Amino acid sequence: MIQFDINNLKPILPLIVLTVWAVALLLVDLFIPKERKGLTALLAAAGLALTIGFALAQTGQTGLGFNGMVVLDGFSTFLNVLLLVTGLMGISLAYGYLKRMGIERGEYYSLILFSIVGMMLMAQAADLIVVFIALELLSIPLYVLAAFANTNAASEEAGIKYFLLGAFSGGFVVYGIALVFGATQTTAIIEIAAAAQAGTANIPLMLAGSALIMVGFGFKVAAVPFHMWTPDVYQGAPTPVTAFMAAGAKIAGFAALMRVFSTAFPSLAADLTPVLAILAALTMIVGNVVAVAQTNVKRMLAYSSIAHAGYILMAFVAFGNPEVAPTAIAAGIFYLVTYAVTNFGSWGIVIALEEAEGKGLELDDYAGLGRKNPLMAAAMTVFMFSLAGIPPTLGLWGKIYLFSAVVAVDFYWLAIIGVLTSLISAFYYLRLVVIMYMKDGEPKTTSEWWLNLSWISMAAITVILSFIPAFLFGWASEAVMKLF
Amino acid sequence: MDFELLPNLVTFSPLGGVLFLLFLNSEKKNLIRWVALATSLITFGISIWMLMQFDANNPALQMVTNLSWIRIADWNISYYMGVDGLSILLILLTTFLTPISILSTWTAVEDRVKDFMIFFLMLEVGMLGVFMAQDLFLFYVFWEFTLVPMYFLIGIWGGPQRIYAAIKFFLYTMAGSLLMLLAILWLGINQGSFAVPTLIELGNIPLGIQTWLFLAFAIAFAIKVPMWPLHSWLPDAHVQAPTAGSVILAGVLLKMGTYGFLRFNLPLFPEASIKFAPMMAGLAVVGIIYGAIVSYYQQDIKKLVAYSSVSHLGFVMLGLFALNSQGIQGGILQMINHGLSTGALFLLVGMIYEQTHTRVFDVYGGLWKLMPVYGTVMLIVTLSSMGLPGLNGFVGEFTILLGAWGAGMPGEVLGSYWYAGLSAIGVILAAIYMLYMFQKIFLGPEGSIVETVKDAGHALRDLNAREIITIAPLLVFIFWIGLYPKPFFALIAPAVNNLVEILQAAAMHLKYSL
Repeated sequence: MIQFDINNLKPILPLIVLTVWAVALLLVDLFIPKERKGLTALLAAAGLALTIGFALAQTGQTGLGFNGMVVLDGFSTFLNVLLLVTGLMGISLAYGYLKRMGIERGEYYSLILFSIVGMMLMAQAADLIVVFIALELLSIPLYVLAAFANTNAASEEAGIKYFLLGAFSGGFVVYGIALVFGATQTTAIIEIAAAAQAGTANIPLMLAGSALIMVGFGFKVAAVPFHMWTPDVYQGAPTPVTAFMAAGAKIAGFAALMRVFSTAFPSLAADLTPVLAILAALTMIVGNVVAVAQTNVKRMLAYSSIAHAGYILMAFVAFGNPEVAPTAIAAGIFYLVTYAVTNFGSWGIVIALEEAEGKGLELDDYAGLGRKNPLMAAAMTVFMFSLAGIPPTLGLWGKIYLFSAVVAVDFYWLAIIGVLTSLISAFYYLRLVVIMYMKDGEPKTTSEWWLNLSWISMAAITVILSFIPAFLFGWASEAVMKLF
Repeated sequence: MDFELLPNLVTFSPLGGVLFLLFLNSEKKNLIRWVALATSLITFGISIWMLMQFDANNPALQMVTNLSWIRIADWNISYYMGVDGLSILLILLTTFLTPISILSTWTAVEDRVKDFMIFFLMLEVGMLGVFMAQDLFLFYVFWEFTLVPMYFLIGIWGGPQRIYAAIKFFLYTMAGSLLMLLAILWLGINQGSFAVPTLIELGNIPLGIQTWLFLAFAIAFAIKVPMWPLHSWLPDAHVQAPTAGSVILAGVLLKMGTYGFLRFNLPLFPEASIKFAPMMAGLAVVGIIYGAIVSYYQQDIKKLVAYSSVSHLGFVMLGLFALNSQGIQGGILQMINHGLSTGALFLLVGMIYEQTHTRVFDVYGGLWKLMPVYGTVMLIVTLSSMGLPGLNGFVGEFTILLGAWGAGMPGEVLGSYWYAGLSAIGVILAAIYMLYMFQKIFLGPEGSIVETVKDAGHALRDLNAREIITIAPLLVFIFWIGLYPKPFFALIAPAVNNLVEILQAAAMHLKYSL
């Protein structure tokens, strides 16, 4: 009989707070009149802010809970805070948008909160079973959110598509977990590594299991060739949901991959690294090349997000090398931060230009923005430059850290593919800048307080942090220290 | 931890103007122009002050600022700025050409003046940073940053094909610099430092790896120079850019490429430089001849000047890869000369274009009688550009040819007199196409453009006071360098001799290892 120890709850305190808040919000929302759903948004944001407080209070603490099922360490704290901020952005981008598009319902905010609970659990998972639970917990609200603009066929299609492929990829993960369990007689990440070390594990079986887990998460982070759903879902889903999905689901997916691969499977590095490197290369190439052909902003950004998954995957080629791995993983989570910031900024501006019935989403709708709204055009330029990795933006540093990790483990071909695809990406990012500044048009923009605050602050962060990237990278490095 | 105010002040003083401009009403165009001009003049003044403080006899880096910037794991990226003989003249050229270019836009740029000036001053910051940075990373950031304002200058204020030209310019340059980035990362990771002086001191990179690193840097710089066959972005960018953009592009941005070879390739990879010298010099000679021939066949004045840059920059590259003191000194001086002469040519082309709105040779002719001052100035600049003794071009080209001849002696790096011999033909070809251009515009029967302009309601006028003020400083230096180049050589000689010593040591080392 296992005695329940109250200390088990400590590592997941922020999770509990947010879950309780989300459930309460679901009930409270019933009593908020339909025309005042802004209050729900505000309450949801307050919940997130409160949880950020709890998460920050855990800085520097470490510990295991529930017999080693969940873990609290620098890595999880860093990502928890990042994910909670992601949630705040998801709410502030949606606040005016939902009203404008006539799909304002209180559930949106609770669903965002539930999804974040899943993402945070993913960052704290120390056991493959928990990884799976977290995966489902973060995904199911996202399926609903993708279809949130229902009666709109594109949104419903997005929801169904995301659901089917999500379920499919979930199957891969479960099957992979089962094989790993078969190979090592355990699902605890630490014990898997120990079993591999001690030689008691069945290596071929473990390899098959890890490959299946990789495939499952490949779907979640939209790595090629598991990316097929991304453009349709990103385009069809309501734009704030897309923004939230692009950042949040990617962060959570990579969090799980980083934790599982760098703690459970370093012994398989020799076999897995080439596969990961090829996945990274394919993802960068396909994402960037196909993005060139897009004329719809949402699709272009969807392919760009695939491409960025490829860049982050580069961090994994170093995971078996104990000297470089910490820096590489730190580079990976640093990149996630830069990506999240830039991502929310650029989606914010997409939202500002979007009109009802999917209008205002073509690249040509941005013509003349440089004259009409110089500040917004300047911010979008900053985001595009950041995505392309051009100074003075945060994106440049994100790329540089990743490339240096790849160069440090002598994967020169991958680094060269990385820089060449960056060049391709510069082409389509610049094209948007060209359209904004060098073509004439009359774009219609929406000005909403929360929305403006979002993209202006993201642009400011992108530029200002690019002069002092070291401290952010320092946090990221400290965060991954405990992983190894 | 060193800090010296002056180089930082020079580099970032244009930002003060930018900040001021941001708060000005964009309708007050004249005020904006004056603020931009004043800012660039102040920057020029500070750079002269820096020149006064500069010790020409000291070959080492001077006025060093070295602060730790980004320190993570075993990386150490520093904010490392300084000036030495290799860069001082280029810095002065930048601060000198910027106010001149701004003055040239007075009536040429009417649309979005504020944005134009902001981009222009930001471009100046980027260029100065490139010449001052002594840390590879800092250099890379400045280097990439110069693309951004130039891209907008071409893309917004350029000619009809401006968007194509702007994107081509951007992508070409970025393609090269990304490969350079990987080489920079390799150096930082394996040598443990990004600081150029430290890396030079460490040396000791195996020849096989030097070869790759040399190529990665060389492609980035060769695109910028541009060396044949990587030059195809240049005619587009030059022709489409607004006049001030062309002046800066030809005057300074191209020099970033040659400067890159000088600052990084030669001292960081001396053995590889020696190995590649015949190839680089060969490409330079091809560029000289090719640029000259293609120039001759152009129907557009600006295009002719653009292609002549390919030829002139070929001389610079030949001088640098002669790898001896004369060649390198000549190369550096020729960078300045090209900046002055070609800058002046672009200004002059822009001045006539403002009146006629065409640059096609066919419609020109017989302008000398109508515009004697313009004709005289054009003649001087043309002669300077083709290397007439007594004007600046001659001094540079002659020194380069001497260097290339010396390097062509048996047993020296180039090992053949052909390099010097063939490039001398380039000097003759330059005379042909430059005089051809002059003749087409100024001599012969009056061209149809005179009538066209009259029909439009105003006659062709000669240069006005502002235009003369714009061009006069360039003429002063064209004569000064042509007649008395000694002070200029004195500034660069010690640093160049220092560099040549590194190269000679590497040559000895190569002989040993063979």
